[in-house]
Amino acid sequence: MIVSGRVIKLGDKIDTDLIIPAKHLKYTDPQYLAQHVLEPLDPEFHKKASKGVVLIAGKLFGMGSSREQAAIALKAAGVKAVLAESFARIFFRNAVNNGLPVMSCSKITEFVVDGDYISVNLSTGEVSLPEKGINLKCKELPEVVIKILSSGGLIEYLKGVK
Amino acid sequence: MKYEVIMAGEQTLTEKILSRAAGKAVTPNDIVEISVDLIGFHDLTGFHVIEVIESVGYKYIPNPEKLVIAFDHLVPPPDVRSAEIQKLVRELARKSKVLNFHDVGDGILHQLLLEKYVEPGQVVVGADSHTSTAGALGAFAQGMGATDVAAALLTGKTWVSVPQSFKVVLKGVPKKWVTGKDVALEILREFKADYFNGMSLEFYVEKSSEFPMDYRATVSNMGIEFNADSTLFVPDAETYSYLKNERGVECKMISPDKNASYVDEHVIDLKDVDLLVAAPYSVDNVKGVREVEGMEVDMVFIGSCTNGRLSDLEIAAKMMKGRKVRSRCVVIPASRKVFNKALELGYIQTLVSAGCVVTFSTCGPCIGGHFGVAGPDEVILSTSNRNFKGRMGSPNSKTFLVGPSVAAASAVLGKVSEPGELQ
Repeated sequence: MIVSGRVIKLGDKIDTDLIIPAKHLKYTDPQYLAQHVLEPLDPEFHKKASKGVVLIAGKLFGMGSSREQAAIALKAAGVKAVLAESFARIFFRNAVNNGLPVMSCSKITEFVVDGDYISVNLSTGEVSLPEKGINLKCKELPEVVIKILSSGGLIEYLKGVK
Repeated sequence: MKYEVIMAGEQTLTEKILSRAAGKAVTPNDIVEISVDLIGFHDLTGFHVIEVIESVGYKYIPNPEKLVIAFDHLVPPPDVRSAEIQKLVRELARKSKVLNFHDVGDGILHQLLLEKYVEPGQVVVGADSHTSTAGALGAFAQGMGATDVAAALLTGKTWVSVPQSFKVVLKGVPKKWVTGKDVALEILREFKADYFNGMSLEFYVEKSSEFPMDYRATVSNMGIEFNADSTLFVPDAETYSYLKNERGVECKMISPDKNASYVDEHVIDLKDVDLLVAAPYSVDNVKGVREVEGMEVDMVFIGSCTNGRLSDLEIAAKMMKGRKVRSRCVVIPASRKVFNKALELGYIQTLVSAGCVVTFSTCGPCIGGHFGVAGPDEVILSTSNRNFKGRMGSPNSKTFLVGPSVAAASAVLGKVSEPGELQ
């Protein structure tokens, strides 16, 4: 499973209150949530992401609350994958369950800047930045996770398995 | 709960609980399916859980006997959509025969779980990150998203990656006015928010009565802020007497094995823990209260699933007795039981006389929802668990996390203050 796109780079500890503030949690509609994703950080983020981007972040991406809307909002806004130096446990599971590819990649922030073109092979963990001639090896995802992501999320995957 | 004997080497509490729930001996980094004993959700995540359950064709909530529902986030409903969400959850709970259902006013989910449901050694999952609170009673408790919680209801099971266990020893006696919150902040000061990612913290209290259940609940609650996979207090005499005195139950106790192996160990001498504060916008931006002393405070919030318990209200009442608050002060007991007890003991009357707004259990202010939202550039002193940008209202407000004694003393003086300054 390969995803690619231009990079938007964020810092450490992007918490779920930043990704989608609590005032939006009374709804689960992806298109509504997408309009408000990362709003406190950058109200224009959803416009920048709309053509399809890969997020690069530092430590503990998605820390904080269990709100699944965080993963839904990122995906619906056009985020094709999140590569972070580490993830908070709950967010990582929510992302997989909603078909948003996530991969741990230590030191990724040292190699990537905003606007880079990146290609990520989630099955092998190979990451390349062709314009810079850089190739990295990150932590590949287990086969079952790839299957869940390919189905679009846990529920769709389970329906397919039945 | 039925305990089958699992043949294994010496195990930590985490490994013991997960081995029982997996039906086989587990070791760290195993990914295993485990049975779940108790499942919780509230109004704001509950409707989402129900959407997932309905999307796979269910018309009722399965496994209702394992489920506890408490309305706490949108309480009482501040707008039509909130009321609509509660109506939807309430009606389906009734149709599905969910007996452990707590409507508006009963209390905050995590407090009700402690007061009525959790037992040592259980596996607890809840659609809220602060489900970690249940670890205070020696349960393996994890918050999860709506889909994972729906899956737990549908199958009675979930999966975990078995965490490495890390031992924390609490020895000695805390200084005056130092409580569980300061210990949680001390851990964040020392280790920062990412150190325990993927680990389970097991707390051993050397003098069990010196670190009572309310303090344990605060630390376990903040376990998710340490990003620990789970945060358990090894059941001891305090656990036993809490269950017996508060709940009238005698639970089977469960302990780690004597020679269980931990990835590491950290000893905290409680007498060395100072009054601490987490400054914006990160829970691990911890300072001594003295470093921010004197800063003017617009609003103080004493409550939440972190610090809305009886001992918190007792401390606040002691600080405020015969005094008036200079900062706006909102006080919210974590459950009806706590509220009633505080009324009986006169704490509520003292807080009201001091000028606090006291209301029934709701998560409102903690999530910037209602009942005390922070305005632009306002400084908030809160006993809750998160000070992320925009968490309690305006993205330009600044939340400082503190324990109840600093919160109450600061409310009286209108600026960040140590309790000693009142005397």
